[in-house]
Amino acid sequence: MPRRSDLSSVLVIGSGPIVIGQAAEFDYSGTQACRVLKAEGLRVVLVNSNPATIMTDPEIADATYVEPITTEMIEKIIAKERPDALLPTLGGQTALNAAVALDEAGILAKYGVELIGANIAAIQAGEDRESFKQIVDRIGGESARSRICHSLQECLDAAGELGYPVVVRPSFTMGGAGSGFAHDEAELRRIAGQGLALSPTTEVLLEESILGWKEYELELMRDANDNVVVVCSIENLDPMGVHTGDSITVAPAMTLTDREYQALRDIGIAVIREVGVDTGGCNIQFAVHPETGRIIVIEMNPRVSRSSALASKATGFPIAKIAAKLAVGYTLDEIPNDITRETPASFEPTLDYVVVKAPRFAFEKFPGADPTLTTTMKSVGEAMAIGRSFPEALQKAMRSLEKSGVGLTWAGEPGDKDELVRAAATPTEHRLRQVQQALRAGATVQELHDSTKIDPWFLDQMLRLEETARELAAAPALDAGLLRGAKQLGFSDLQIGEITGKSEDVVRELRHALGIHPVYLTVDTCAAEFEAQTPYLYSSYDEETEVPAGDRPKIIILGSGPNRIGQGVEFDYSCVHASFALSEAGYETVMVNCNPETVSTDYDTSDRLYFEPLTLEDVLEVVRAEQLTGPVAGVIVQLGGQTPLGLARRLKEAGVPIIGTSPEAIDLAEDRGEFGKVLAEAGLPAPKYGTAYSFEEAKAAADEIGYPVMVRPSYVLGGRGMEIVYSEEMLADYIERNAEVSPEHPVLIDRFLDDAIEIDVDALYDGTDLYLGGVMEHIEEAGIHSGDSACTLPSITLGKEDIERIRRSTEAIARGTGVRGLINVQYALAAGVLNVLEANPRASRTVPFVSKATAVPLAKAAARVMAGATIAELRAEGMLPAEGDGGDLPADAPVSVKEAVLPFNRFIDKDGDGVDTVLGPEMRSTGEVMGLDTEFGAAFAKSQLAVSGFWPVRGRVFVSVANRDKRSMIFPVKRLADLGFQILATEGTAVVLRRNGVHAEVVRKQSEGPGPDGERTVVQLIHDGEVDLIVNTPFGGAGQSGPRLDGYEIRTAAVLRGVPSVTTVQGLAAAVQAIEARVRGDVGVRSLQEHAQALTASRA
Amino acid sequence: MNTAASAQAGPGAAEGGNVSEATGGPAILVLEDGRVFRGRSFGAPGETFGEIVFNTGMTGYQETLTDPSYHRQIVVMTAPHVGNTGINDDDPESGRIWVAGYVVREPARISSNWRAERTLDEELRRQGVVGIALTGTRALTRHLRDKGAMRAAVSTVETDPERLLARVLEQPPMAGADLAGEVSTDTPYEVLPPEGTEARFHVAAVDLGIKAMTSRRLSERGCRVTVLPSDATAEDILALDPDGVFFSNGPGDPAAADVPVAAVRGVLDAGKPLFGICFGNQLLGRALGLGTYKLPFGHRGVNQPVIDTRSRKVAITSQNHGFAVDAPLDGPFDTPYGRAEVSHIGLNDQVVEGLRLLDRPVFSVQFHPEAAAGPHDAAELFDEFIDLMSAQPAPAAE
Repeated sequence: MPRRSDLSSVLVIGSGPIVIGQAAEFDYSGTQACRVLKAEGLRVVLVNSNPATIMTDPEIADATYVEPITTEMIEKIIAKERPDALLPTLGGQTALNAAVALDEAGILAKYGVELIGANIAAIQAGEDRESFKQIVDRIGGESARSRICHSLQECLDAAGELGYPVVVRPSFTMGGAGSGFAHDEAELRRIAGQGLALSPTTEVLLEESILGWKEYELELMRDANDNVVVVCSIENLDPMGVHTGDSITVAPAMTLTDREYQALRDIGIAVIREVGVDTGGCNIQFAVHPETGRIIVIEMNPRVSRSSALASKATGFPIAKIAAKLAVGYTLDEIPNDITRETPASFEPTLDYVVVKAPRFAFEKFPGADPTLTTTMKSVGEAMAIGRSFPEALQKAMRSLEKSGVGLTWAGEPGDKDELVRAAATPTEHRLRQVQQALRAGATVQELHDSTKIDPWFLDQMLRLEETARELAAAPALDAGLLRGAKQLGFSDLQIGEITGKSEDVVRELRHALGIHPVYLTVDTCAAEFEAQTPYLYSSYDEETEVPAGDRPKIIILGSGPNRIGQGVEFDYSCVHASFALSEAGYETVMVNCNPETVSTDYDTSDRLYFEPLTLEDVLEVVRAEQLTGPVAGVIVQLGGQTPLGLARRLKEAGVPIIGTSPEAIDLAEDRGEFGKVLAEAGLPAPKYGTAYSFEEAKAAADEIGYPVMVRPSYVLGGRGMEIVYSEEMLADYIERNAEVSPEHPVLIDRFLDDAIEIDVDALYDGTDLYLGGVMEHIEEAGIHSGDSACTLPSITLGKEDIERIRRSTEAIARGTGVRGLINVQYALAAGVLNVLEANPRASRTVPFVSKATAVPLAKAAARVMAGATIAELRAEGMLPAEGDGGDLPADAPVSVKEAVLPFNRFIDKDGDGVDTVLGPEMRSTGEVMGLDTEFGAAFAKSQLAVSGFWPVRGRVFVSVANRDKRSMIFPVKRLADLGFQILATEGTAVVLRRNGVHAEVVRKQSEGPGPDGERTVVQLIHDGEVDLIVNTPFGGAGQSGPRLDGYEIRTAAVLRGVPSVTTVQGLAAAVQAIEARVRGDVGVRSLQEHAQALTASRA
Repeated sequence: MNTAASAQAGPGAAEGGNVSEATGGPAILVLEDGRVFRGRSFGAPGETFGEIVFNTGMTGYQETLTDPSYHRQIVVMTAPHVGNTGINDDDPESGRIWVAGYVVREPARISSNWRAERTLDEELRRQGVVGIALTGTRALTRHLRDKGAMRAAVSTVETDPERLLARVLEQPPMAGADLAGEVSTDTPYEVLPPEGTEARFHVAAVDLGIKAMTSRRLSERGCRVTVLPSDATAEDILALDPDGVFFSNGPGDPAAADVPVAAVRGVLDAGKPLFGICFGNQLLGRALGLGTYKLPFGHRGVNQPVIDTRSRKVAITSQNHGFAVDAPLDGPFDTPYGRAEVSHIGLNDQVVEGLRLLDRPVFSVQFHPEAAAGPHDAAELFDEFIDLMSAQPAPAAE
């Protein structure tokens, strides 16, 4: 069937902000879908609140709404755009839920919008555990057996039937409270007894345990003609019990015979048909008993998922793209396979390589959070690697993670064997390392299998690594055979150096002298059966390289590696833009990255894609391979965040041409002393600072600077370990906790600017001219990491003179450091002084936000500047506005607000309690949203709606603020009362309010406990759903454990219940404006295209 | 009950190290165009000659090894890791390994599967099958894709490529080879329906290299299958008075298979329902007066899309063929047995993947609906054969 002719416009829903479990992969899939639909001649209307995405670039869709993904807002968009159809399967669970809500609210019917690519019944059948179980049953499959019990006796009987261990899940408890594994009757009595007591319905579900079983996933696609193909099989190295997003996974499945694989395939196809997935992608998970082969169907997702993004990158089969085509009527056999161009999409990719995905975690950002991996996903990013063997791919994946402490290493001593074997039984991010160290210490495959349940085949492959390491260690000299053998198993030069007592550089030189280099092979979907047209390459120490010769000058762009807190999709955005802009400017673009979630690793993005780790060794080899086939004009390190930046100097030393800001300039900006000179020369003030090598020195520095001070270790970036210290006592505590203070690891002490306005600037500099991209004013005061604080563009309180000062200062810094391209500067405006906090001569995470808010493609312009264009030329060309810049937006320009999204609801400590949610100098957000409207209140309201999906206009607000905030809180709280809110407050706050004429009902603190007549505490009220908004500012200073603890409990309750929570007085003022805007009801929708037009018009 | 499968280390396991050093002494692979690949011995040491072809399946090595259609062929696996699940006694498609030689990149050192009885390496040694582990299996595959399947040798004995090449060039080519007789059963035997299934039909199956799964798919649908040697004539077949006749897959050049083609013609003359798979499809083509030709590198794998020209539905199929039938794709054509049409077309390269007579109960497919290894998408073709037999008028008098 060709494309449906009755459709002319389609609404696509994106997945919103990056959160744990729903990340950049949906930007990749959504971008693909939008492009395909547009190419099909359809008008594409897009809604996604996340500005840091490629899909929300104005050229990807016809009408792009960066608006909250709520029923209310989407209805406004539908009413305005009147699309024929809604495609909800490419924006993760968010889009699917939004579609269901729109359907339930009757909005789709009201406006005659057809759901395509999915149907409500199929979505619900897939989601609802009970109905899914029935479906599995109907097709002859098996689900985990379970029994619902209402008494201890019933539990004991059921356990007898199911066999130990059993999983106990109490019904209707918060956050899975009271669930656990019972291995015997005693444990069952304890856990089930507690569970029955906890459950409001005295009900627990007992389920047979499939912990330790083998875990598999299949990615399937179905078309309207009922053709089904399996795109990819994935095997989890970590057995059942660890969320697949947190597991090390391998494609294709490694330890199934054809009969077993076909059994999974048959079940998968039967399920997709029975569930009734109309067209598109679908993911299904299985558990397989390692000793009997019994198969249990765990769950299915009737949509494109994280695994489908991985499967697309692993196989070269673009699932989202094909899903979009299927949704508008094509069948699989009508769609050509992009990679071969000759064969159709109705086939199953076959791999002649192995793919390994490894998750990246951020537990260090959440002290107290339980690092055990469970069935709740906790990783914040992932790396993927491709090799011609499992060991090669595994090694590449682990070094792609760029995280110390988790990769495989042969440095130092392995540790105690028994202890390592025992430790590896508990899955954590360190497990693979523990297994490897245990093998080093002499553990056997059997011992490790008994402990971890990891399949012996995988363990034996890891043993191959260990055996080779021993061979290397024992060899009198590294000869070519030995070295090549080690490289074929993925050993890095660094690891070989560790084993043989040489430096990485020496190993590399030796290897090069022996002529040992990797070759680059093509991901071609067909194991070389057909010639591949798409240059998607990976390295291997194999036989024959497949790098095609080019005819244009080449620019290599280094990507940002796995997503992590502080380095997310925003950097990928800049890399992708650079690739687009440089390609348009006539260069051949070459992308290097290892993050499967991203648009940059779509083989459509650049002229050539190398799916490679971003280490010095791997990048040098890519550069060499490219140089062998034509001249490389330059390598861009400035756009991918800290990862490529960290390689800059050593790449340059190795003779690689770096374009844009030089590595020396990058180092200069990082060196406080050198940078201080630049500031001094330009006459720019910076807060006082000191460097301390001991507590005494720290104390002296703090005394000199004056409390409060900001302290941080000097050897980390991104705000790690950064704290605001209000007193000597706290300083001593800090130094004690960060025991590594030493001559190598000094502590930096900065003056902390209380009550300062923090300002973030992104600018372009070409050596002559400065283009001020945007001046963002933070809503929260200085002291909260810029990545975690909300900000507004244009600034809402800065005057023209302030902006001019910022422009002059930014230009002086850019000139002084020698920037060519982007620079990000952070300022704090305090008592009329514009202090320079820091400067980063690179793309910042705000570049996409600034680009969207000002309708200027900043990253594209930056790439052009790096390649030699001037700002004047780019203005003449039209890439930059002919006149003016992001600093002098028209007075009537709409306001954009960026708000951070935090992952606190994902983390609990070992006792099952939440982790604290107070913002601080260390960045912890995973993503961001943007609210755009004519004035600040409405824009801020949208940003809050986009974060929580909910923003109250009436109800009860609970207020409890620190003493220093009491004055500033009175007016906004009074306004809330005037707007009809009922005010609840703790005693101290209530007294202040009452004296200022605001009636506040006193509620009990958690530390006070329930009252004599059973009066509930505020935490109980929150849990009972009786609080609609929380205003709680944290109490600084040590020794105040009471109020601090109260605040902690309030905030964690708010996170659990999803109640909007404001933690600064500035935030409170913004919140009040937002509520006013909502009450007035003048929150409209406007597309980015309209926004750009309006900006251009008012500039002219 | 075999988590302890890990204990079944292959003979090379203890030596450790990487592929090329791991499992045995040096071995070489020489192609008839002079290209040489060096690797390490795996499986049995020795020397072997054959036509070298590649298989792109990621699962099912055990079925591939025991598929008689691979007789006289050296098979290159494009999937890098082979042997991970070892060898079990349930999955072989015939009584022995048929491949002439086996080329893999990463032979497993241990087998890990609850059904595994021994390692792949042990099995290859036990059956005297020469294998080679080499790094450049992808380079080799690309070479074969570009230059076509060709004669080759693997040797752990002859270390001089030139001398080995001279002997490769002495080998007979696959074109013109009549091999069915070498793989077929010598004497007829019966496969009965499983217990509890009534034998509703009697099928005469001519074994040109039949796979165990084919008989099983027929028998589980209520067929009593009499398997006949490849030289069975039409008279031999009809003497059984079967309800339907089946011609199996098998090795060699269909152009050289005059005896079975004559048998097909005899069965067609008798008006019996007929079903053919793979080689059987080529025999039917020849019986209908169509030509056959050698594909450059063939179709060998479990991911081959085939479209049913009537329903327009696509099946992902298991395939293993180096020759194909030359027939018009654009609609029915005339044959001595009435009108016929191409029933299935390979979507990758528009190769004829099935034939059907429009006026007689006769059809055949080039791919493998019995799968093993491979997807079960086309299993209903066996039902179609059953339907054809059901639709036949009951025997006049008996």
